[in-house]
Amino acid sequence: MPDLLTHIDAIREDFPILSKTINKYPLVYFDNAASTQKPKVVIDTLSEYYKNSYSNIHRGVHHLSQIGTDLYEASRKKIQSFIGAKHAHEVVFTSGTTEAINLVAQSFCKKYVQKGDHIIITELEHHSNIVPWQMAAEHYGAIIKVVPIKPDGSLHLDVFKSLLTNKVKIVALNHISNTLGVVNPIKEIIDLSHQKNIPVLIDGAQAVAHGSVDVQDLDADFYCFSAHKLFGPTGVGVLYGKEKYLNAIPPYKGGGDMIKTVKFEQTTYNDLPFKFEAGTPNIAGVIAFKSAIEYVENIGFAFIQKQEDLLLNYATTALENIEGLTIYGTAKQKASVISFTVKGIHPYDLGTLLDQQGFALRTGKHCTEPLLDALGVDSTLRASFSFYNTIDEIDRFVTALNKCITILA
Amino acid sequence: MNFTAAIQEEIISEFELFDDWMDKYSYIIDLGKEFGGMLDREKKDHLLVKGCQSKVWLKSDFNAGIMNFKADSDAMITKGIVALLLKVLNQKAPREILDADLFFIEKIGLKAHLSMNRSNGLMAMIQRIKSDAEKHL
Repeated sequence: MPDLLTHIDAIREDFPILSKTINKYPLVYFDNAASTQKPKVVIDTLSEYYKNSYSNIHRGVHHLSQIGTDLYEASRKKIQSFIGAKHAHEVVFTSGTTEAINLVAQSFCKKYVQKGDHIIITELEHHSNIVPWQMAAEHYGAIIKVVPIKPDGSLHLDVFKSLLTNKVKIVALNHISNTLGVVNPIKEIIDLSHQKNIPVLIDGAQAVAHGSVDVQDLDADFYCFSAHKLFGPTGVGVLYGKEKYLNAIPPYKGGGDMIKTVKFEQTTYNDLPFKFEAGTPNIAGVIAFKSAIEYVENIGFAFIQKQEDLLLNYATTALENIEGLTIYGTAKQKASVISFTVKGIHPYDLGTLLDQQGFALRTGKHCTEPLLDALGVDSTLRASFSFYNTIDEIDRFVTALNKCITILA
Repeated sequence: MNFTAAIQEEIISEFELFDDWMDKYSYIIDLGKEFGGMLDREKKDHLLVKGCQSKVWLKSDFNAGIMNFKADSDAMITKGIVALLLKVLNQKAPREILDADLFFIEKIGLKAHLSMNRSNGLMAMIQRIKSDAEKHL
């Protein structure tokens, strides 16, 4: 592995936006849990595709359509190997994690869920892994059961075990909490669920950028994630699903590409994965997603994890030294996300003043209102780091934060 | 020039004195600190302005042809911005409030607070002030 500092300087040059100034200050981008920035190779792939190869895919006999289809399907194969899926047709392209979860919530529940059945989620979930289940539960008369958290943000596994009754039809939880950064013991949860033949959906939106995921090793039944949190374009997501489930559940959207034959009397659906990909997809986005994954593979998760752990530990120690500052989510297994508040100061005020100095952070409930209710806090500031962030940025951040606290005190 | 425009010009000239963000926001924060606000028991949930990341309570009444507003926020910058807004719009006739063109917001560099971004509630506050006024036309 090359020298960390030199390596980071070179990496930062791959991301054009990182050299921007905001309000006359250099941009410090600490909002990576919301979305990651894009390396030049991803931006170039998008632009090249539109300039030189663009057309619709899967249906044209002409040259450009063939190129587009090949590139699109090459992305699917790349994702298959990236997540260790058994088959490429187990990789379904969606518009994002949200759509992937909605697809499963609607289609799985239509096939398997009946009145009085239970669906297990956790207190840590993003709204996009709560509301789709509530909508399905309302429609099919199911009951949502929620696994609570401990004060450190980790899940109460004993409660989870007690909720795993034979009424449960599916368990849905995140791999890593977007608000707290807490890493959930999903392998253990999947094992426990499978002992009772209950399938598990993992919301992997926050996880895929931080470490390698092997869906076969995890034995996950469904695993969802978004390209834009993995240095890829917006509007592209992946639903990985085990073949047996994807074959069993009905399509979620009707339209072109997802059919074999259409007659007014009866339509037959296409095979996997096309059954779930109605309409013209985000072709350029899917193709550029491959470049993003190749970029990440080139950097390597060994380096990414080392750098992110370094940033997380350094920032945690520095922030803990600030009087009145509380960090939420102190569980041992954590990704590079720090949610915090400062006593007597509204996070919105701090976020606004930090923005004036070029720091991009998130403030608010982070789309996890039930989690904040459980923590007994209205809103927090969240700093989330990626491998392109630096110790120097954290130092400047701590100085700026102290200045803001002085102004607001 | 009408009265609301004159107050806005006054605010703009005050802000012209500031050269950097710190001076500007320190001033807004001071406005927030000095602003009377509301008593805790007055901060009823039904008075909350929806769409603000921080909590904003806004209460209005109509008396002798004039709208009277009371407001508060749990965030200091938001409270300062409410104070500025009410400097312009408080104790005016409903028609004057509805017709007011709030040009000062852009001029003093707070336009970002008007964006549709969910963290910013300034737009929601203005809409609420105007819709309260509309009821008394």
